[in-house]
Amino acid sequence: MSHQLPEHPDWLWRTPDPKRSYDVVIVGAGGHGLATAYYLARNHGITNVAVLERGWLAGGNMARNTTIIRSNYLCEESAALYEHALKLWEVLPQELEYDFLFSQRGVLNLAHTLQDVREGTRRVNANRLGGVDAEWLDTDQVREFCPIVNTSPDVRYPVLGATLQPRAGIAKHDHVAWALARKADEYGVDLIQGCEVTGFLRDGDRVVGVRTSRGPISAGRVALAAAGHSSVLADLAGLRLPVQSHPLQALVSELLEPVHPTVVMSNHVHVYVSQAHKGELVMGAGVDSYNGYGQRGSFHQIEHQMAAALELFPIFARAHVLRTWGGIVDVTPDASPIIGPTPIENLYLNCGWGTGGFKATPSSGWVYAHTIATGEPHPLNAPFALERFTTGALIDEHGAAAVAH
Amino acid sequence: MLLIACPWCGERDELEFHYGGQAHVAYPADPEGLSDGEWGEYLFVRDNTKGPFAERWSHAAGCRRWFNVVRHTVTHEILAVQSNRPVAAGQPKPVIA
Repeated sequence: MSHQLPEHPDWLWRTPDPKRSYDVVIVGAGGHGLATAYYLARNHGITNVAVLERGWLAGGNMARNTTIIRSNYLCEESAALYEHALKLWEVLPQELEYDFLFSQRGVLNLAHTLQDVREGTRRVNANRLGGVDAEWLDTDQVREFCPIVNTSPDVRYPVLGATLQPRAGIAKHDHVAWALARKADEYGVDLIQGCEVTGFLRDGDRVVGVRTSRGPISAGRVALAAAGHSSVLADLAGLRLPVQSHPLQALVSELLEPVHPTVVMSNHVHVYVSQAHKGELVMGAGVDSYNGYGQRGSFHQIEHQMAAALELFPIFARAHVLRTWGGIVDVTPDASPIIGPTPIENLYLNCGWGTGGFKATPSSGWVYAHTIATGEPHPLNAPFALERFTTGALIDEHGAAAVAH
Repeated sequence: MLLIACPWCGERDELEFHYGGQAHVAYPADPEGLSDGEWGEYLFVRDNTKGPFAERWSHAAGCRRWFNVVRHTVTHEILAVQSNRPVAAGQPKPVIA
């Protein structure tokens, strides 16, 4: 935590005008869109690519998340996808030549009930079988690993233990986006901000480009990476998605000296907390129950997560809230993402990451680039196809998604 | 925080309510005639409107009755509250202004 923040260079990418035609147009310059552009160039040599962004680069959920990275999912399909991401996170700072302060400080998922203990130990075993690092800690070991957690037995929901993934951690989200953007730009990818997609160019059943606020752009393939607004975009193409958009909010405290050595999540009292490099405590909880696109959440969610945080960390009692903010997350019926081709030729879909997309950024880009380049899913995203809502082969990841949706 | 006017109890805090998702989703009239795709659509796909949206709420901590609300999903303005009259399959859905 003694790191200084990296210097912000003046110019990380060009700001070109859109060309009339690209091999691939990616809609959405968030983390996933940028990672997709980067891996299209790096892994597949496809550089005639534009990433179109309605607002500004990485200004959506990428700017609003709680920066937690982990791969301790239960289902083997998800664990494989997130573990691939974690392995990429471990090499990306060097590969992108940009220190975005990836800090593998571990994540604790606390257990407060016998059912939590059973679920946690089961997940530790599942993770180990799948090659994901995981340990079970008892209450004393939790106190040793994170001394500020209240492990007293005299609370409403005492800490009965926790899963620990030592390789999990946090990273500076803005810097991740800028690092990916800079490298994609170096490969020749056009990053175009202030360019809203308003429709699709069609030739019969095929998509052949997009209409934008800056004119029509033709494209060999169009790849959606628009998170909370995916169903709004897909509607323009006549495609209905099994996705519901909900507000998810987070908050940070004032700056504190380093007190919080790891990431702590609790599904039961429902809060997750880490400490940013600068010193803010970063906290989140569940989504608002109702659909919304307003990029703000309900005050009662904040009250709820503050109460949970105080129960777990009495030391936070005098910390002030500095700011709160909300993002719009796209939630699927099985809490797993949708990545793959669509029924419309040349139109590709990457959405439905719900509350957990940031941690997947590199692997999302990796498999999506593969899918776009080859027309076929990568083995890691094959199970995450849209067809699973017809076949019924759902990847029911609600428990390990760690946030109530 | 939403202030929702329950048709039977009047205005109450959002915390007293349970959200039920999109309103006017009729059970299939001929369930056995549906294809897998149509079943998947019925089970998993709902409108995800950006704008006025008809949705169901239950006054869970009050009278426990269900009713419909038209809410703008960007501004959260509640545009209409309707008592719960399910629309039968094949009947037109209420118009959302």
